[in-house]
Amino acid sequence: MSKTETILELRDLALKLGGKNILQNINASFESGIVHAVVGPNGAGKSTLASVLMGLPDFRYIEGDILFEGKSIKKLDTDKRAKLGITLGWQEPARFDGISIRDFLKASAKDKAEENLEKALDAVGLSPKNYLNRDCDKTLSGGERKRVEIASILVMEPKLTLLDEPDSGIDVEALDKMFEVMQMLKQKGSSVILITHSLQVLKQSERALLMCHGGIRDSGSSEKISSYFHDKCMPCDLKYAAEQGIPYDR
Amino acid sequence: MTDKKTARHGAPSALDELLSSINKTADELHDKHTAHLVVHHNKVLGSHLVPGLKLDVEEIKDGIRAVIRIEENAVIKNPVQICFGMLPEKGTQKIIMDVGCGRNSKISIIAHCSFPNAIDISHIMEAVINIEDGAEYRYFERHVHGESGGTKVYPKAKVNLKKGARFATEFELVKGRVGLIDIDYETTCGEDSSLEMTARISGYADDIIKINETGHLTGKNSRGFLNSRIAVRDTARAEIFNKLTASAPGARGHVDCKEIVQDKAVASAIPVVEVSHPQARITHEAAIGSVDSKQLQTLMARGLSEKDAVALIIKGLLK
Repeated sequence: MSKTETILELRDLALKLGGKNILQNINASFESGIVHAVVGPNGAGKSTLASVLMGLPDFRYIEGDILFEGKSIKKLDTDKRAKLGITLGWQEPARFDGISIRDFLKASAKDKAEENLEKALDAVGLSPKNYLNRDCDKTLSGGERKRVEIASILVMEPKLTLLDEPDSGIDVEALDKMFEVMQMLKQKGSSVILITHSLQVLKQSERALLMCHGGIRDSGSSEKISSYFHDKCMPCDLKYAAEQGIPYDR
Repeated sequence: MTDKKTARHGAPSALDELLSSINKTADELHDKHTAHLVVHHNKVLGSHLVPGLKLDVEEIKDGIRAVIRIEENAVIKNPVQICFGMLPEKGTQKIIMDVGCGRNSKISIIAHCSFPNAIDISHIMEAVINIEDGAEYRYFERHVHGESGGTKVYPKAKVNLKKGARFATEFELVKGRVGLIDIDYETTCGEDSSLEMTARISGYADDIIKINETGHLTGKNSRGFLNSRIAVRDTARAEIFNKLTASAPGARGHVDCKEIVQDKAVASAIPVVEVSHPQARITHEAAIGSVDSKQLQTLMARGLSEKDAVALIIKGLLK
């Protein structure tokens, strides 16, 4: 793979929190313009990896390096990384008292024109007429808030979108919309990394990494990882072997 | 009181300057269907009344004494525009108000209080407000202060709500520094009446915000809501004391206080709820802390600087 095709590269990435190894020995490349998945059971370190990539405050002191478009971003704050074109959609997005959906989208938008905000809401299946003036607060259901989160990413026009558990807390219809939006992002040339433990979400990706205990256990096509994940991780073979005292060789 | 012509021509007058400080012009006050009163220090610069509204103003040494009466069944359609202010850097303005809302009357007042050049100005308001059966009185106080921190504001009111009456008040600092704001409101609520008091203030430097709001739900099925939204930074201080008592069946109330604290600022909130009837219920919620980290991270992950993200979050809190 040539350097120009790689949007994100992780080199010997490791993170310790409270003296404990949370992420270790992570080496991976993410190609530009495709949908990737990082899959693994709960506690594998997937969301932590997303937080590290976004540069969130508690996840800054890493070993190794993170290269975005060939340049190290490990010393950059979250907003600087976002300015470069990286963003994160949270599993449970924050609520904002007193901030309208219009203002929330405008804050994120590259093009702040009203029409652009309306298009983004339409794309996630929310009527601009009914939602632009609503507050982005507790009055929105979990599914509505998640759709607004995705709309805010759409208007930002990022180069790389990290989506943490995109199917969490939303219904089937909303999930289909979410998948449509992922394809829209891809068509616009954005890369997407899905953080998930869902086979349904994993199937939306083209390439995948399997994480376990803070490290990468395997990588490859999403079909290959999906099959492995389904057979070996649901339930977890390692855990079963440890509980039974059986030597385990994957 | 009869109308006092508000328009001015030629060189900029105190009226023009005062109205300009609240982003209004004398021309905007010409609507004959909208009542207004403009007071500079202790002088009435202009006024206009509409049917159903009576106003008597007496100019006193450092302010005015105003008697406001809304006639029984009168519905004042457009919000009454009041402007109390002072242009000099130093001085005192005292507003003594006696408000009476007749049965089933309805009025909404927007009070613009402007002290744009204040270095040492005290604005004292003492109000007695009686709202009769089924009447509604809404009072929105919008303050414009100078940037020196030399404004001291003391709004004090005793409010009495009769059966089915409604009272809502909002205090908001829309421009300038707090200086000192010391709010002291006490309201007694009769049967089926409702009370709603909201304050939205952001303080910085060495500003001091004091809020002392008390509501007594003494009437059957009365309702009360005390709501404070405060942000302080630098070395500003905020002390919020909200008290709601309920002593009648079906009385319901809620006290809600949210404060964002940054830098070396200090905020305290004392919500007091006192229930003395088994069929009454009051809840309270107070949250004081720094800016919510998840909100901050979300906005920064969309490319906002930390400063801009905090400003947007605080704007939302104070909305």
